[in-house]
Amino acid sequence: MTHYSAFSLLKNALSGHKNWREHWPDAQPKAEYDVVIVGAGGHGLGAAYYLAKEHGITNVAVIDKGWLGGGNTGRNTTIIRSNYLYDESARLYDHALDLWEDLSQDLNYNVMYSKRGVLMLAHNVHDVQSFQRHIHSNRLNGVDNRWLSAAEAKAFCPPLNIAPDARYPVVGAALQKRAGTARHDAVAWGYARGAAARGVDIIQNCPVIAIRRGPDGAVIGVDTAKGFIKAKKVAVSAAGNTSVVMQSAGLRMPLESYPLQALVSEPIKPIFPCVVMSNTVHAYISQSDKGELVIGSGTDQYVSYSQRGGLPLIEHTVAAICEVFPIFSRMRMLRKWGGIVDVTPDRSPILGKMPVKGLYVNCGWGTGGFKATPGAAHLLAWTVARDEPHPINAPFTLERFTTGRLIDEAAAAAVAH
Amino acid sequence: MSQPFRIAGHGRVDHAQPVRFTFDGRTVEGRRGDTVASALLANGIHLMGRSFKYHRPRGVVSAGSEEPNALIGTSRGPGRFEPNTRATMQEVRQGLTAESQNKWPSLSFDVGAINDRLGRFIPAGFYYKTFKWPRSFWDKVYEPFIRQAAGLGKSPTEADPDHYASRHLHCDVLIVGGGPAGLAAALAAGQSGAETVLVDEQAEIGGTLLSEPGVRIEGQGAWDWLAAALAELRTMPNVRLMSRTTAIGYYHQNMVGLCERLTDHLDVLPEGAPRERLWRVRAGQVVLAQGAIEKPLVFDGNDRPGVMLAGAAQTFLHRFGVKVGNRVAVVTSHDSAWHGAFDLAHAGVKVAAIVDVRAEVPRVLTARAEALGIEVLTGHTVTGTTGRLRVATVRVNPVQGGRVGAGRTIACDALLMCGGWTPSLHLFSHTKGSLAWDAEAGAFLPDRKTEECEIAGAGRGLWGVAAALEDGARAGAAAAKAPGRVAGVGTFAVEGDRTGSGVVAKELPTDRDAGLAKAFIDFQNDVTAKDIRLAVREGMRSIEHVKRYTTNGMATDQGKLSNINGLMIAADALGKEAPAVGLTTFRPPYTPTTFGALANLRKGRHFEVTRRTAIDAWAEATGAVFEPVSLWRRAWYFPQAGEDMHKAVARECRAVRTAVGMFDASTLGKIEVMGPDAATFLERMYTNPWAKLQPGRCRYGLLLGEDGFIRDDGVIGRLAADKFHVTTTTGGAARVLNMMEDYLQTEWPDLDVWLTSTTEQWAVVALQGPNARKLLEPLVEGLDLSDDAFPHMAVVECTVAGFPARLFRVSFTGELGFEVNVPARHGRALWEALWQAGQAHGVVPYGTETMHVLRAEKGFIIVGQDTDGTVTPQDAGLGWAIGKAKTDFVGKRSLARPDIVAKGRKQLVGLLTEDPAVVLEEGAQIVADPNQPIPMTMIGHVTSSYWSEALGRSIAMALVEGGRDRMGEVLHIPMPGRTLRAKVTVPNFVDPDGQKLKV
Amino acid sequence: MLLIHCPYCDETLPEPEFAYAGEAHIARPADPMALSDEEWRDFLFIRSNPRGNHFERWRHVNGCGRFFNAVRDTVSDKFAMTYRAGEPRPNLDALKEAAE
Repeated sequence: MTHYSAFSLLKNALSGHKNWREHWPDAQPKAEYDVVIVGAGGHGLGAAYYLAKEHGITNVAVIDKGWLGGGNTGRNTTIIRSNYLYDESARLYDHALDLWEDLSQDLNYNVMYSKRGVLMLAHNVHDVQSFQRHIHSNRLNGVDNRWLSAAEAKAFCPPLNIAPDARYPVVGAALQKRAGTARHDAVAWGYARGAAARGVDIIQNCPVIAIRRGPDGAVIGVDTAKGFIKAKKVAVSAAGNTSVVMQSAGLRMPLESYPLQALVSEPIKPIFPCVVMSNTVHAYISQSDKGELVIGSGTDQYVSYSQRGGLPLIEHTVAAICEVFPIFSRMRMLRKWGGIVDVTPDRSPILGKMPVKGLYVNCGWGTGGFKATPGAAHLLAWTVARDEPHPINAPFTLERFTTGRLIDEAAAAAVAH
Repeated sequence: MSQPFRIAGHGRVDHAQPVRFTFDGRTVEGRRGDTVASALLANGIHLMGRSFKYHRPRGVVSAGSEEPNALIGTSRGPGRFEPNTRATMQEVRQGLTAESQNKWPSLSFDVGAINDRLGRFIPAGFYYKTFKWPRSFWDKVYEPFIRQAAGLGKSPTEADPDHYASRHLHCDVLIVGGGPAGLAAALAAGQSGAETVLVDEQAEIGGTLLSEPGVRIEGQGAWDWLAAALAELRTMPNVRLMSRTTAIGYYHQNMVGLCERLTDHLDVLPEGAPRERLWRVRAGQVVLAQGAIEKPLVFDGNDRPGVMLAGAAQTFLHRFGVKVGNRVAVVTSHDSAWHGAFDLAHAGVKVAAIVDVRAEVPRVLTARAEALGIEVLTGHTVTGTTGRLRVATVRVNPVQGGRVGAGRTIACDALLMCGGWTPSLHLFSHTKGSLAWDAEAGAFLPDRKTEECEIAGAGRGLWGVAAALEDGARAGAAAAKAPGRVAGVGTFAVEGDRTGSGVVAKELPTDRDAGLAKAFIDFQNDVTAKDIRLAVREGMRSIEHVKRYTTNGMATDQGKLSNINGLMIAADALGKEAPAVGLTTFRPPYTPTTFGALANLRKGRHFEVTRRTAIDAWAEATGAVFEPVSLWRRAWYFPQAGEDMHKAVARECRAVRTAVGMFDASTLGKIEVMGPDAATFLERMYTNPWAKLQPGRCRYGLLLGEDGFIRDDGVIGRLAADKFHVTTTTGGAARVLNMMEDYLQTEWPDLDVWLTSTTEQWAVVALQGPNARKLLEPLVEGLDLSDDAFPHMAVVECTVAGFPARLFRVSFTGELGFEVNVPARHGRALWEALWQAGQAHGVVPYGTETMHVLRAEKGFIIVGQDTDGTVTPQDAGLGWAIGKAKTDFVGKRSLARPDIVAKGRKQLVGLLTEDPAVVLEEGAQIVADPNQPIPMTMIGHVTSSYWSEALGRSIAMALVEGGRDRMGEVLHIPMPGRTLRAKVTVPNFVDPDGQKLKV
Repeated sequence: MLLIHCPYCDETLPEPEFAYAGEAHIARPADPMALSDEEWRDFLFIRSNPRGNHFERWRHVNGCGRFFNAVRDTVSDKFAMTYRAGEPRPNLDALKEAAE
């Protein structure tokens, strides 16, 4: 693997950039691997990287039906934060945040983790109560998150409209300064490059047809478009397609897949210094390093794999942005797109062992999987390598849906009165 | 100003009407009908912008909405500035202020152009490889530096004073594109009687006919035929023509979104007119007749101002009467540019040479060129250009057997290029229709359709006006057939048509070091051919990876000019055929669409409705402060002169506990449940027993989800054996009704029950306090309100203050209380009658804050505040509300799950702080051991916390692990800087025995 | 924005009139207390989530208010049919034949 640095860049510039090596070779499947990971997104590639780097397991294949990083890794709005309410969630996402801090150096690949701060807007008394609960809980969990008045929020994010006569006035905000964004493609590419350099095979355009189980019920490999691949351990990290893949192993999952839309504006000079989220108004916005305003929309109401999404949702999303940021009304939407997110009943992920020997799953991240990428990858690798969950992902079992021990962040922010 | 490049009397602009605007502060004169780009060109100005990465000087390259270079900031006064406007689409208007972008200090001298010199050190993807060391520099130095370089234009900084509109439209046939194919389709569909809509993004409908006046159709000049066709269409009542209207996206089941621009071209803004209108069109059939977009050629220096598409030069000439130079050279791989060159020559422009990369060119073209005195260089390549702010020369070389010969230099002030044409299939791609590579056309053409649509003309690879007309007529007739119309397929006699063909080129061959060439593919993003090859070398094999690594196709034209050139070069680098590499997906919108149009009517107060009660206006007049609760606004508290919230609430609380208070409870959800099986239905829905509840009595009802967690609560009154008045939380009304309907319709359709939402039918006034009965009694006719006759939890239909009413004796405060429901239209009158009557009894109005305090003093929960979607009835201390004898109700089974019956669940308790003056923060976390390190083990949190005026101290409610086993225990609440202590109690602070209700 | 045929109104109307209501043909057990924890979990949470034909429920919430069932392809989002609540699950092969 060529070490990347300012020096290597300079050296290659002088030779006309003709000597750069490929990030990862285009692998064809071998007959057998110790571990097969289904899904070459950030989570799956990262798991392969950590299997190789931290557990010495290098006979690993990551296979994907399309091109690597082409699913939700390359379709999200790149928000990274860890200010979750429940201890289980806060630890999970903060573990990821700790890994984000050093990821560029670790991978020798600049993933452009930008700690620009995530501001979550409160619009009513209920929001304030909910955010205060988050802030107090985060403080005692060692997670950075603090309360700002409306004026302080505006000072932190000048485009914000804090007029008290707005339909949804901003009454304050929770700020996690350590939170921010990263370059989504670079995360997939950096992990792919790092994993490949340690011997992992990355096999693209190779749909998995079925997970095959032996007579004793244990996993023995995967049938793919490129033939059968033997493996005693299979980890499924396939986001929206998890239900379909798991069905082939005879497992029905508590998952539903919904189209989630996002959009960007035309690029403008820097005006938006942080990430702003408003759950009440449904507005999620930041500005990319290219200058585009990156805006998250919601999920369409129906289950779908179409990656199409309708116009009404976009209308509502853009209206919400203009409500909170009226200065952007004359900006233009450049592009909108859809991804397919897999959602569990409690909107928390499932990360752990399945009731089938040799089968592991990492799914159910819903609309928030990008921020967890290094953490999920790290914990999935641990769980696969040791055949037992790490204490951080131990609560995120499939069994919780039987016993009732749900981790329901969304319900905790529920609005009623 | 002289407009030296304007050809008098030529083009479709109104030469009698000068229009003045400014560009970078300099006054420029154009003609009515000009775009900013054509007006600048008429004045000899090619330099219109700077590129994104290298800040290279750029001129206009196209004449349409695909323009990547000539992006300007446009303004018409305060609040009306917008960046990144395509100069080729913005029509000139009097007083328009236009400015160039991405330059400092000026367009002709831009410091940022240093990046151009450093280009070799910052190839595609360079930032992934560096800026990592020293580590601390990333946050402080590198990242802010990278971010500072972002963007093209400047953001607006003021709120937008304009408003926007939206409409729905249904039609039989929607035709997108008003060129010859679209017009022929509209004529065919229109003549059949089908409801037809034709939209075109340009100010003027006509498409390529506007740029090809030399063609003759049915014996008429193209422009005469166009005028006649439009006139005919305008006479048809079933046809709607829409110009300045862009079809932005093609959605499910033939819904097409349109954005119509209404005022940006007007000198004076009409009073009250919307700036743009979003149309949601549902069409029976869609005809896509969007034509094709010309491709640039890829060679070193193909981006200098003055280098532009040949078709654009033709459009500027014919539509706007503007010659793009005095001495032009042409480089092409397609026949079409030859015709453009001939037209320029006819208009008096010196055409220095036509360079064609093909060795073989139709003799008819070369002969014509020679006749016009144009030098013809077939089998040649272009290997460079010169000129800093405007092209000055072009270097051309012969190519023989793949070898590039010696170059020579040709002087020119404009260089026209044509790399062939790309069919516009963006909207078709939105439908997930598939494309197939057509080797003969050298283009992707439509393959499998997923929606009810027809593609006509150049969109499916048919070149020339005759073919477009005939195919358009076919498509229009076919589309009209679907709704059962019969349409004739027209034939058209066309003379002077310009069909043609060409070859698809990758970057042009050169005799120079290709590694040093700046042969641009994506002009705006400064992506060169060698960037594409570098990406492939670095292992980017998917076209999506190439796109994302190089940013090719991600500029504001979304790859309209760059995608195919990028693909051909990537395919070459990969050693594959173009179709094997594939195409990136086109996403809506077709061209960038303003946020204002997308948000349209949802602006300001219309963003979402505000629901107000019948009594809201009284509260406002009385000076109430309001709070939003779901879509409602509710009176929060009623401050008197000099009172802050704390003082006002304390006074309101005192009044309720000692005299009487009035509260507007109208926002509570109300559902009428009627029918012989109404009680059975409620038995199954709610946790409580209902069968034995007598008419005239009410009961607190608790509703769970099937997962066993509390969803809603409210008092339910039985008015008759088959009639219940159900109340819900303010925010839960719609959800509860939906849930009830779901079970009733799909699980228990055998039950004879009707559900009706009555939330808005009743206005509700709560009277709470020891004087409540005294106040109410005189207003109630013929009813004994004594505790014996009308006890706590009784309900009756009666007359109050002369209005028909449902009267409940209920208390959410622990005081003697009544809730009077009257038809909403009488709400205000009832309120005022009670207010008048209450003057003798010390009545005060109180708001939601006081309501919250008073109920907390009694330990009554607020769903959503003291519960959070993970709380069971037992957790909330509401186990008593579960009908013990019931075998089933919604959620019952879940309450038996292992982790729901496990010990240690969080339970609702009261908390009393050691320091009675300290009011805990709602949301504060509770620990057993305050001395543990972080992360601490938290055992609960404060759900409600208030100053209790009745007790003269603070009170709180909290969810605490195993809380009911901790009575009397002191717990700790670590706050920033100090840790508070509080004792666990029963959550019932005032009148725990309920004596005040028994009066 | 989908177009949806309400089998009660017998009209095809735009999506904003309707609310999606999850997978169809998951009947509430007659006696939930008789179910094991696993069986109850399956009822509560386990969903087919197929790539392809999906049996699902919609409510004509801003219309007649009725719940009904639909078969929709989750890849193309196209409806094969809608039918009234309580009607049996249609046979997909028969549907395909009818379409051809």
